[in-house]
Amino acid sequence: MRDVLPIFSAGFFGLLFGLGLVTSHMTDPDRVIGFLDVMGDWDPSLAFVMIGAIAVAAPAFIIARKREKALLGDPISLPKRTGIDKPLVLGAAIFGVGWGLAGICPGPGIALLGTLDKGALYFIPAVIAGMFAARLVARRV
Amino acid sequence: MEIQPEWIEALAGGAMIGLAAAGLLLVNGRIAGVSGILSNALSKNPDVWRWAFLIGLIASPLWTPILGFPYAIAHHQGGLIQISIAGILVGFGTQMGSGCTSGHGVCGIANFSLGSVTATVIFMATAALTVFVVHHLVPNVMGG
Repeated sequence: MRDVLPIFSAGFFGLLFGLGLVTSHMTDPDRVIGFLDVMGDWDPSLAFVMIGAIAVAAPAFIIARKREKALLGDPISLPKRTGIDKPLVLGAAIFGVGWGLAGICPGPGIALLGTLDKGALYFIPAVIAGMFAARLVARRV
Repeated sequence: MEIQPEWIEALAGGAMIGLAAAGLLLVNGRIAGVSGILSNALSKNPDVWRWAFLIGLIASPLWTPILGFPYAIAHHQGGLIQISIAGILVGFGTQMGSGCTSGHGVCGIANFSLGSVTATVIFMATAALTVFVVHHLVPNVMGG
């Protein structure tokens, strides 16, 4: 049972994460573009999504820092604080261009696969191709 | 500006996303950064929990109508070629920059990570600039 429980809970949290994305309409590129379009008819929704999410998640990170193990016994793996380097800045900038171009980021794109949305069926394989390309580039540099 | 019903949906949906991130962190000890979960799910010998999270995420739009939440309807901007180019950039950028909207924008900021705050400011800025070019600059120049 100890091996199966983390898998079930990860599946549940993936589901809950997606329910939140759909409920907040972040699976609709039109709404995301509406937020990014600061020179047009600005839609602040995405800001409310982030405020809601960060407000709920932040206390969990404070608790996590004081604990070594998660509830199911696995170690808590907090990201290393690597600081601000060139790949972070360049990667974020490239990601933003793609995000603005289609209004889809990885979470909503994967959730939309469940509706067999044609855009997502093109988007996610392209994301995976981009990830492999970045790995190749990183290996050469 | 009056309070719009979709702002309440946005706040409630955001809280659910935050709860999922908090749960994955405290129950599983893992970070709910979707690009990282996807990328590592595609590595050699991936952890099974990553695939479980992704399957839950894919199943979520099928559950929202049953639970009385909105349907997942996507009104796409641009054609399939534009979406595919966008996908390549999103995949490349999130792999290089170690995170996306969920990893940096939600979890990283909730963890008070200076790197994640920086990444979020940068991708928001380049995304807004791209939207400006695609939706205002190009149509004005091309269409007059």
